[in-house]
Amino acid sequence: MIRVVLPAHLRTLAKVGLEIEIEPAGLATQRSLLDALETRYPVLVGTIRDPVTKARRPFVRFFACEEDLSHDSPDTALPEAVVTGQEAFFVIGAMAGG
Amino acid sequence: MSGVRVLVGTRKGAFVLASDGKRESWEINGPFFAGWEIYHVNGSPADPNRLYASQSTSWFGQLVQRSDDGGKTWEPVGNQFQYEGVPGTHQWYDGTPHPWEFARVWHLEPSVGDPDTVLAGVEDAGIFRSTDGGKTWQELAGLRCQDSGSSWQPGAGGMCLHTIIVDPSDPDRVFVAISAAGVFRTDDGGKTWRPKNKGLRSGSIPDEDAEVGHCVHRLAMHPSRPNVLYMQKHWDIMRTDNGAESWEEVSGNLPTDFGFAIDVHAHEPETIYVVPIKSDSEHFPLDGKLAVYRSRTGGNEWEALTNGLPQKDCYVNVLRDAMAVDSMDECGVYFGTTGGQVYASADAGDTWAPIVRDLPAVLSVEVQTLP
Repeated sequence: MIRVVLPAHLRTLAKVGLEIEIEPAGLATQRSLLDALETRYPVLVGTIRDPVTKARRPFVRFFACEEDLSHDSPDTALPEAVVTGQEAFFVIGAMAGG
Repeated sequence: MSGVRVLVGTRKGAFVLASDGKRESWEINGPFFAGWEIYHVNGSPADPNRLYASQSTSWFGQLVQRSDDGGKTWEPVGNQFQYEGVPGTHQWYDGTPHPWEFARVWHLEPSVGDPDTVLAGVEDAGIFRSTDGGKTWQELAGLRCQDSGSSWQPGAGGMCLHTIIVDPSDPDRVFVAISAAGVFRTDDGGKTWRPKNKGLRSGSIPDEDAEVGHCVHRLAMHPSRPNVLYMQKHWDIMRTDNGAESWEEVSGNLPTDFGFAIDVHAHEPETIYVVPIKSDSEHFPLDGKLAVYRSRTGGNEWEALTNGLPQKDCYVNVLRDAMAVDSMDECGVYFGTTGGQVYASADAGDTWAPIVRDLPAVLSVEVQTLP
């Protein structure tokens, strides 16, 4: 079970608290995690990734284990500490706008 | 009529303002979708409790919200706006080809007869239709794919399809306006479209009277006369009497003919309203004095309406979708400003008062006259 922390606007949309738990199918990667997240909360489709290409939206970042994973391949295995639940996977709305 | 409901979209959320038929005291509800840009909120003429709202941010993209209880509660519906086929390119600001990319929904136009049918005007310019209450959206691709599409260029605000007017006497006939491509009309329910810009002259394009490339800011129509449309162009107020086959200028004695908003009195098809803005580089009223101008002659002869509006130190703008009228016996006129004020007149513009003064910048105003 992977702990996921969403930004405030997406928590409001999905009607969830600060942290949720998501079980991806198969190998835990960004893609499988976000697929599972969007299956459970369909309202999030299109808010984190492009709904067609599945590319990360430009002002959204992925952090975990004090690392920026945003530019990792979506099919790279997530860090072991995230997979075991020791560390959360953070979806971040980038600071922008001055 | 029991009252009015004013639907306000702002840079940081939506608001629903409600009053009885006197339109003297107001209930302010909101913000809904706090923190999100709400480009447009609009109600179904067939079911006034059915509302649609366009909700977006650059961070998290586009959502469409739907209410079935007049704005008390909302549910997100479909947000996939996928251009049909390979989208191709339009021109970018520098004249180079640029891929068509969906950015946001600017305008939602519910059907007159069916609350589940709604049109959406989007950036990059295109028009989509939903027939299931917003759950799914299909592009009417004949507009984007007609001959001139690859030559369209964005205006400063983006290449947006911001105006949709359906002919009340013929739902297959639809007018749209795109910045900065111009006016287009379909007569077959959206399968085919033609540019309808004859008579427009724009000094900022190489061929002043080109078939496309005009920065049309807004169109308005009175439902009783679907062949008469009024236009606020980047510069110039224009009018057509033949369903946009040709346009003539009716700016007349306006102090400046730049602006964004234009609308028509609910009961007097020759009475129109605009808010003159000083220029395209100074997006505020002339001399810091906010004024609505009214023509009772379908253009050319205009009078300033200033009673109740600030007449000094006012440097707000009134955006293209931020003016609307109600259809009470005495027509009400409403507009919102980038300073967050929503002004109302319950006497067709003779006197004005703010409904609310300190909202986020207002992007759109629509009015429902409730049964």
